[in-house]
Amino acid sequence: MKRIYMDNNATTAVRPEVMEAMLPFYKEHFGNPSSVHWAGRETGAALEAAREKVANLINCTPAEIVFTSCGSEGDNLAIKGVADVLRERGNHIITTAVEHPAVLSTCEYLSKQGFEVTYLPVDRYGMLDVAALEAAITEKTILISVMWANNETGTLFPIEQIGAVARKHKICFHTDAVQAIGRVPVDVQAAQVDLLAISGHKIGAPKGVGALYVRKGTRLTPLIHGGHQERNRRAGTHNLPGIVGLGVACELAASDLAGTAQRLRKLRDRLEQGLLAIPESQINGHPTERLPNTLNISFNYIEGEAVLLFMDMQGIAASSGSACMSDSFGQSHVIEAMGVDPMMANSAIRFGLGYDNTDADVDQVLEILPAIVKKLRDMSPFYHERDVTKATA
Amino acid sequence: MYSDKVIDHFTNPRNVGEIENADGVGEKVSSSCGDRMKVFLKVEDGVIQDIKFQTYGCGAAIASSSMMSELVIGKTLQEALDLTNDQVADALGGLPAPKLHCSNLAADALHDAIKNFQATTA
Repeated sequence: MKRIYMDNNATTAVRPEVMEAMLPFYKEHFGNPSSVHWAGRETGAALEAAREKVANLINCTPAEIVFTSCGSEGDNLAIKGVADVLRERGNHIITTAVEHPAVLSTCEYLSKQGFEVTYLPVDRYGMLDVAALEAAITEKTILISVMWANNETGTLFPIEQIGAVARKHKICFHTDAVQAIGRVPVDVQAAQVDLLAISGHKIGAPKGVGALYVRKGTRLTPLIHGGHQERNRRAGTHNLPGIVGLGVACELAASDLAGTAQRLRKLRDRLEQGLLAIPESQINGHPTERLPNTLNISFNYIEGEAVLLFMDMQGIAASSGSACMSDSFGQSHVIEAMGVDPMMANSAIRFGLGYDNTDADVDQVLEILPAIVKKLRDMSPFYHERDVTKATA
Repeated sequence: MYSDKVIDHFTNPRNVGEIENADGVGEKVSSSCGDRMKVFLKVEDGVIQDIKFQTYGCGAAIASSSMMSELVIGKTLQEALDLTNDQVADALGGLPAPKLHCSNLAADALHDAIKNFQATTA
């Protein structure tokens, strides 16, 4: 059975070039980059080279990059770090209802510490109203945290417009760009972003490494206190192999961003058109303002986990934000915020295409999935009742 | 995360469908996740001669429905009324803790069908 991986919004395989670049830093180049001797000097140079590659991808200076352990750490450092520094000035944070848990849970934590958080709603495409965001700003607002691209639907927020609003009101602007990096152009100058979180394992670097862009002049209280690493913004011995890998992954992403996006968009669009041929299916997400690799689709009358299990048994890995997932009850907060009908929401399946996917993969999913939907609908009381209603109508 | 038995019953569910002019029809909707099961019974001399089901839900809900149907076919109504949700889950070789509630549909829907049958014949 051919195995097809279409869950690249969850994580990606390490790219071969990344792996190759990392290996020497587990073996001969093992020095601590903070050491002054030869072993430290050679890894210190690699650390700074990686920093420059990450900076190039998002158009900032290397000094503005803080290496972290993951996207969640970046989000935590940005939000808690700014909240702590600016708490004398105000206690209001603006975010959205559809953020990643790394942002939502951090805001919930801060709200228990006396901060007020506004969660902006989205429309049925998962899109944010920038005018509503501006209207939510008060004298107490110290931070706007709005994601670049949604992890479940791929919907792209108008980051440049939000950045302009934040700048106009002189409010610090953080964005979780974990899903956007390597998939769409990300330019922190054009977007007027102050803080931007990156995760390595979404772009072909390993798990356990990430970065936070911190605009020069933006003050943060560190999450991890200790040594002087990362200009006192993040203590802890560097995960050098991971950082080297992140640098190479960013370099690869920058070298063919448009080409990769175009290739994945073509595959995604073909998958989307093919699956929309199934009656009573719908896309969850914005029709045009969406990541090129992401497809979130619902099939009425059936439940998403059952679809995933059947796909899994035929070698296809995708994901679902459905009601009955093993570790979380209640439907996806993202799909719910979009006002999607609950039964449609329960069948939402997310495909995240990646570097390795091919036309043959799309063909195989298009061959297998319609039959799964049919099998589950034949089993569903809702589907049969619908037929009865139609017949008597 | 699922046992081989769950996978087997999920992949090849037994007794899926509907019985025309069923002697008893019952259903149960899960309050926690919205899963729904509908049960159709054919009863002769107090014995379940045939059972069919329709289920909207996850793999655990579908497997539980299928297992329940196998456990009660040919059994007396009293034996079927004595079947518990735990027995269904045990027969499947257990379910992951967060999925136990999914198996609760099966026996409840069955009991609803039996009660409806008894109400019409009483």
